[in-house]
Amino acid sequence: MSTCRQRPQQGNQGSYEGSGGCFVFKPSAKKKKTALSLGDHFVHGCEGAENSELRFKLCHDLWDKIQTDTEALQDELNRNILDSLLDFTRKCSSTRQHSDWASQMRASEIPTAALVLGVNVPDHDMTFQSLSDLLQQSVTPHVASVQAKECGGKHLMKRVLERLMDTVVDDEDEEEAEQTSAQLNKSVHCSLSTLCAWYNAKTKVSIFLFQKSNTVSPGKKRCSHVGDDLQSPPLVIIFKDLEAFNPRVLQDFILICSRYIERLPLMFIFGIATSPSTIQHMLPHSVSSLLCIELFQSLSCTQHLATVIDKLILTPQFPFKLNGKVMQVLISIFLYHDFSVRNFIKGIQLALLEHFHSQPLSVLCCKKKAALLNVMHLGPQDLERIRQLQSFKRYVEKQDPQEQVNLFTDDTHLKEVCQKLIKNLRQYHKNYYPILRCLHTLTSSLPRYPLGKQIRELHLICLDKNIWENEDYQSAMKLLKMLAKDQLIALLQRCEEILQAAKSKNIKMALVQLEDMLSKFKQLDSKSVEDSITSPVKNLQKKTDLFQLQKTLLEMNESRRSKKLSPFEALRNEALEFIDSLVNHLSAPESQTLNEVCYYTSSATVRRHLNATPRTSIQAALNIPYYYLQNDRLKTEDGIVSNAAPDICIVYKLHLECGRLINLYDWLEAYSTVVSAAEGNDPGSDNFGKVDDVKHARFIRAVSELEFLGFIKSTKQKTDHVARLTWGGC
Amino acid sequence: MSSLLQHPGHEEESLQRVSDQLPCREVQAGTLLSLMGQPHQYSYPSIFIYGHRSSGKSHVLHVLLKELELPHAPVSCVECVSVALLFEQVLLSFFGADAASLLPRSPSLSDFVRVYRNQCSQSPAEQTRYIVMEKAELLRDADANLLPALLRLQELVEDNVTVILLSEIVWDKFRPNTGCFEPLLLHFPDYSKGELQHILSHDRHPSYSAEFYSSYINILLGVFYSVCRDLRELRHLPHAMNVAFTCFCVSSVKETDTHKLWRNMEPHLKKAMQTVYLREVSSLQWEKMQQMEEKESGALRGLSAHTHVELPYYSKFLLIAAYLASYNPARTDKRFFLKHHGKIRKTNFLKKNEKTSNHLLGPKPFPLDRLLAIFYSVVDSRVAPTASIFSQISSLVTLQLLTQVSHDDQLDAPKYKCAVSMDFICAISRTVNFEIVNYLYDFL
Repeated sequence: MSTCRQRPQQGNQGSYEGSGGCFVFKPSAKKKKTALSLGDHFVHGCEGAENSELRFKLCHDLWDKIQTDTEALQDELNRNILDSLLDFTRKCSSTRQHSDWASQMRASEIPTAALVLGVNVPDHDMTFQSLSDLLQQSVTPHVASVQAKECGGKHLMKRVLERLMDTVVDDEDEEEAEQTSAQLNKSVHCSLSTLCAWYNAKTKVSIFLFQKSNTVSPGKKRCSHVGDDLQSPPLVIIFKDLEAFNPRVLQDFILICSRYIERLPLMFIFGIATSPSTIQHMLPHSVSSLLCIELFQSLSCTQHLATVIDKLILTPQFPFKLNGKVMQVLISIFLYHDFSVRNFIKGIQLALLEHFHSQPLSVLCCKKKAALLNVMHLGPQDLERIRQLQSFKRYVEKQDPQEQVNLFTDDTHLKEVCQKLIKNLRQYHKNYYPILRCLHTLTSSLPRYPLGKQIRELHLICLDKNIWENEDYQSAMKLLKMLAKDQLIALLQRCEEILQAAKSKNIKMALVQLEDMLSKFKQLDSKSVEDSITSPVKNLQKKTDLFQLQKTLLEMNESRRSKKLSPFEALRNEALEFIDSLVNHLSAPESQTLNEVCYYTSSATVRRHLNATPRTSIQAALNIPYYYLQNDRLKTEDGIVSNAAPDICIVYKLHLECGRLINLYDWLEAYSTVVSAAEGNDPGSDNFGKVDDVKHARFIRAVSELEFLGFIKSTKQKTDHVARLTWGGC
Repeated sequence: MSSLLQHPGHEEESLQRVSDQLPCREVQAGTLLSLMGQPHQYSYPSIFIYGHRSSGKSHVLHVLLKELELPHAPVSCVECVSVALLFEQVLLSFFGADAASLLPRSPSLSDFVRVYRNQCSQSPAEQTRYIVMEKAELLRDADANLLPALLRLQELVEDNVTVILLSEIVWDKFRPNTGCFEPLLLHFPDYSKGELQHILSHDRHPSYSAEFYSSYINILLGVFYSVCRDLRELRHLPHAMNVAFTCFCVSSVKETDTHKLWRNMEPHLKKAMQTVYLREVSSLQWEKMQQMEEKESGALRGLSAHTHVELPYYSKFLLIAAYLASYNPARTDKRFFLKHHGKIRKTNFLKKNEKTSNHLLGPKPFPLDRLLAIFYSVVDSRVAPTASIFSQISSLVTLQLLTQVSHDDQLDAPKYKCAVSMDFICAISRTVNFEIVNYLYDFL
């Protein structure tokens, strides 16, 4: 716990001090003084500066908690596959030492794990990091991971050798490390035979050390964790992104390695983003037959996201919440663009930071006790902000006039009310999540999923507006009414399990009701239901005319409608009413008073930051230079560029008026006229609009900048013309 | 048999060991031995051995040189990315590490010859020294003077040295334009069926009798010989089938009943035909799957069965757009993606050379803007041209679902090709409810 608490502090200032430490010979005292800590950056330009430090601390703590939680979650999710990979490496290194028939036959193959991770490449880094950490801890110290982008050309072998040898060369013999790296620079030595020699020396030394430490100083546990297969710890090479490697390089590398497999216990781990058949696409049979490939499939990223949402968002544990629109933005970035859980969490981080930065009342967005305490410390300005809140205004309107006056005038009274409201908000969240889960269990198996397959979809619906006003909810309830008895009982039992975990008072009451209902359902089984339904068809007379028949049929219809419900049906309706009453707790968060404290609502900010549109920003910058430069001289009417704007804006604006081909000379003339006007030259004078060298140079520069931005390109169709690459005029 | 391998200058005993280790290659080994002559005699300067993969070239040489304890330097041309590595390895194995360190940085051929001559004047060869070059076809890509020099290295260094080149292709493809010293050619023919059986029976599991195992191999070869003659692949098979085989052996008492063996093994062998030949699954996993299958008879899944790839929504549409751009002629885009294109029949479009299916010709390159234009017209919602759309294109390139045709450095109008198969794209478009067949020119 204490380490967790301390880490943010280090990260906080360490980024500056650490970089200072790198340049030992150039103490940059000046820099250090001006360097701001993260907190200072936060405070700078922050809304409502008086409690910004407190907010920064809250934000920081919350983020740390979220981060540690997600890391733990990620480890948990990856545990299965990592464990099986570790087993695989252990097994491979141990079978090498056996000499039974099967392992002898396999001795010439390089054991290879094909690890299928899915297309969310940004997430893989973390998996590989923990994989290589685990490998180094428990199986072998010799792990090298390589990425395609650092292994262009012939560098793959070099990288592998560097990594393998460096990881082992301890900091205690720095000189040796330098020697080896110096040697490696000579490409002559960059071959696996060097590695062979090094490996033999290394294992001999470590065996020697091991024996020594066992006999002479048993207390020294330097290499005890390498433990049982110390004889020959395997050399594991991790290819992080197999698809990106040059196939030829990889083939040659594998061919070379297979020549040494008898002397070096090599092992490969391929990180595959698409499908395992890429191995066949990349490697010809002559190469792939040198490998003994075993397949490992990791959890799909959508499942991963579901778990993250389940543990991070659908819990009352974190006071910070996202509103429907922000949530929608984050989820659609995930589903439409990158499938990356890491980016999703980064999105949450951004929202968190923005919330605490821009909402002064976010001081109340913390644990219950702290929040109640913070309410008492609110300044008059903050109280005024509370009075301005939409949700608070709505609350006030419902109170009687005396109370309304009190709320607007009496600060201490307001504080007390706020405390109450905050408690209510917490209570709301405590009820919300268990009931959301219940509703999801009930509806997630209905045909055509009226309320969505995933719980996040249901959550989005609930965030949007009161769910009972939703049509899909009505149809879902109708479908629930048609459930058979055993299905309904099974679903209700699952709801019971969910509710049991919750602690809120309301939920406990609901649980009692539910248990009661379930026992009634069970009693139905024992009670033999004997409802002798006398069929009116039997009463039909033998001889009937058409009129009679119609009459009886109509009667039958009537009677069926008003027929007494069977006990099961009655109980089912009761159960559904009960669910309906529970769902009343799922009112939209916007209806809650003081929801602004916890809910971050600015979806546009999140979208702008996470899903950048470079082209729109370039066009905005060129069209309305004031937007970015904020210079009053540039302020103009809509659609007009001031002639004092930067050259490129003027040139851009002029080029919008042209067709597909632009005559450079005309363009230059027009430009020069505009610029002359900006210089305040007299329009009547001779010099007005004349092209001098400076203007010419400025024009050429602006045009080449436009070309660089991709708006025009040179063409050979017509001399002295350039071609436009975009469409639409001004 | 051993009479073939009787050569003066070598001990009877070691020759016997050699012939034990080289089943079905006695003739070749005999020829080689007679070429080599007695250890102290000069041998032919260069020998070129060719034959298909796994016809025993390296194995024969390795065993011969090792068992007869002749000085030799085995070099793999794959490993020697530079000539420096090659020279170093040769010097290292003949004269030790000191000699190798005498080579200057990035040595030339003459450096090598100089160092070699220096060294061999100090320690002249008592026996013929052999340099064995595996995968010699790669030498053709090395410096032009390397191959001719190696072929007459004996003259150059004035030492008793023989260069042996091993290759899968014939000498005719090697001969440089300028002409060179002709090496002695030696062909290793493929193993016949009987020979294969003989060799395969060699690595039998110790717990079975030789006869029984060889009848098992016979059955195996009966199934696989028609499709696969690669010894390495065939050697992989019996032990991939090991589990099924041992199961059978445990259950049946009589080892002699080959008929029963055949009946029991046939289904397993048939299944193995589908996957193991491709090495889709490792032998380890194959065994596991066999065990799994006994519990639940699920369909067998090799690596190729896992072709399903999950992609983000827009990536799917980008890929579909890329596929359309690759397989439709650019002229027809109007027909497919314009709302009011009028009636344009396929016959109006048809040009003479386009009668063949575009799918037979393979994907064609297309520029980025065409890809985006098609993308915006096939995707059903309005999509802002955000940075992540563009980054998805480049990540599709890294995943090798698209390939960039133009050079990496070309920022202006890059060109791509779609690298996925029809089946793949159909599966993808099914998940987004897009009828791709309606948009393909070939299926109009």
